Amino acid sequence: MNRVLPILVVLAAILALWYVAVVPMNAGWTIAQAERAGHDLTFADVVADTMNQDRPRLPAPHQVAAELKKTVLDTKVTSKRSLVFHGWITLQSTLWGFALGTTVGIGMAVSIVYSRTANMSLMPWAIISQTIPIVAIAPMIIVVLATLGVEGRTVPKAIISAYLCFFPVLVSMVKGLRSPGAMQIDLMKTYSANAGQTFWKLRLPASMPYLFTSLKVGIAAALVGTIVGELPTGAIQGLGARILIGDQFGNPLMIWSALIAAACLAGALVTIVTVLQSLALQRMGYAR
Amino acid sequence: MSQAAAIEAKNLDLTFETGDGAIQALRDVTLEIGKGEFVSFIGPSGCGKTTFLRVVAGLETPTGGEVRVNGTSPDEARRDRAYGYVFQEAGLYPWRTIAGNVRLPLEIMGYSKSEMAERVNRVLELVELSGFENKHPWQLSGGMQQRASIARALAFDADILLMDEPFGALDEIVRDHLNEQLLRLWDHTGKTIGFVTHSIPEAVYLSTRIVVMSPRPGRITDVIDNPLPRKRPLDIRDTPEFLEVAQRIRKGLRAGHSYGD
Repeated sequence: MNRVLPILVVLAAILALWYVAVVPMNAGWTIAQAERAGHDLTFADVVADTMNQDRPRLPAPHQVAAELKKTVLDTKVTSKRSLVFHGWITLQSTLWGFALGTTVGIGMAVSIVYSRTANMSLMPWAIISQTIPIVAIAPMIIVVLATLGVEGRTVPKAIISAYLCFFPVLVSMVKGLRSPGAMQIDLMKTYSANAGQTFWKLRLPASMPYLFTSLKVGIAAALVGTIVGELPTGAIQGLGARILIGDQFGNPLMIWSALIAAACLAGALVTIVTVLQSLALQRMGYAR
Repeated sequence: MSQAAAIEAKNLDLTFETGDGAIQALRDVTLEIGKGEFVSFIGPSGCGKTTFLRVVAGLETPTGGEVRVNGTSPDEARRDRAYGYVFQEAGLYPWRTIAGNVRLPLEIMGYSKSEMAERVNRVLELVELSGFENKHPWQLSGGMQQRASIARALAFDADILLMDEPFGALDEIVRDHLNEQLLRLWDHTGKTIGFVTHSIPEAVYLSTRIVVMSPRPGRITDVIDNPLPRKRPLDIRDTPEFLEVAQRIRKGLRAGHSYGD
């Protein structure tokens, strides 16, 4: 209860702010309509109207909730109108991208920790890679993969997602693998341990708390990467595609419901990783 | 060089190159430690006592002179599992249980499962930690953690135990208790022990011989044979013999100081 209460308070504050913002955002259209029709409006009329427009600039929370109910609960999940269907498309790419990004991140971290050359050559490029806007890279990845004969959008989306996801894993794992102190390394030396033993018995287990922390950032980044990957690629399926289509057809409700669905998906994914983290670290004996 | 010596150092020099120029960590250190001896190294920071221990362990390479461990080079001695090293920090792995930590060197050295279990039991008993096998390090006090790290160093039956201020971070009461235990352990295992310490009473209480060192450059200024008997109750520390040895160490330490008057 003590942990839920602060979250609920913040949520209530956001909803209140949201409702307050709806009035000025949508009032222009209401007043324009009334002037055209020659009606006089009271303030209460304006407020009431801004809450229930068909194409509001900013839909009110209850409108988004109704849209979510319609597209999540009242539509069959196999339908192209179901957000569950689109969420599933996005989730698949996210998980592929997460797996790929995590693997690449850990692999690069290991080579950076063990090889001076890799440390000097890979690290700067890893950092530079994150300074390039992903929306600029995404179409190139699609074109290149299409040239190579890769069909469908799952692979390119997963790669774009991995592109965002590998970096936090890489940085944390480099730190984690280097976390054993000089004393710990010396101790392994006194046992004449070889490099493999030092890795499996010391460096890797020592890096686990760092890994899990980065996985939480990584899975969220993978989701963002997938959604961004769905925007400029002409995809018609996935939460990113819903946002784009909503934008193109002037349907803010579609944008906002997809946005909320993406936020819920991100929250669920991060929660799952957090639970896995506490289970794994507890099993390893880190927890007190 | 004689056969009976566990550790022999001859005209050992070690110079570290640092940003502010060279530091002579060891200069012309010559010392022989016989099998079964308990030798303490005492001196202020920077006198090279830890460095000497690290040279013996092959963790540092001397820039001059020679060191032999059981008649072989430090690297060979390490491969022969001639020594166990105990650091100032227990350095137990938080993700391993106490038994798992003690098992670590055995896993690396490739012992069989049954042999590992048997050895872990035996050394944990030796340091009086039986019953704590499945605890994690954070569940143990500092003194118990250090005992577990000693058990870890004993697990693979090295003849030589190198201890670098193992009780330096513990409070006096725990330290007394561990000193008694260590002495008992040395008595029935017959191991050769090299023991670095800052504490004069600890050095006198534990050792058969005390090596007094001084800094800049790190060198030996005095080697004192301890006349105390092998069996030592804690209250031996109030006897005149004990105080006399302590007095001599104190004098040696004072004479070695290059700063001050």
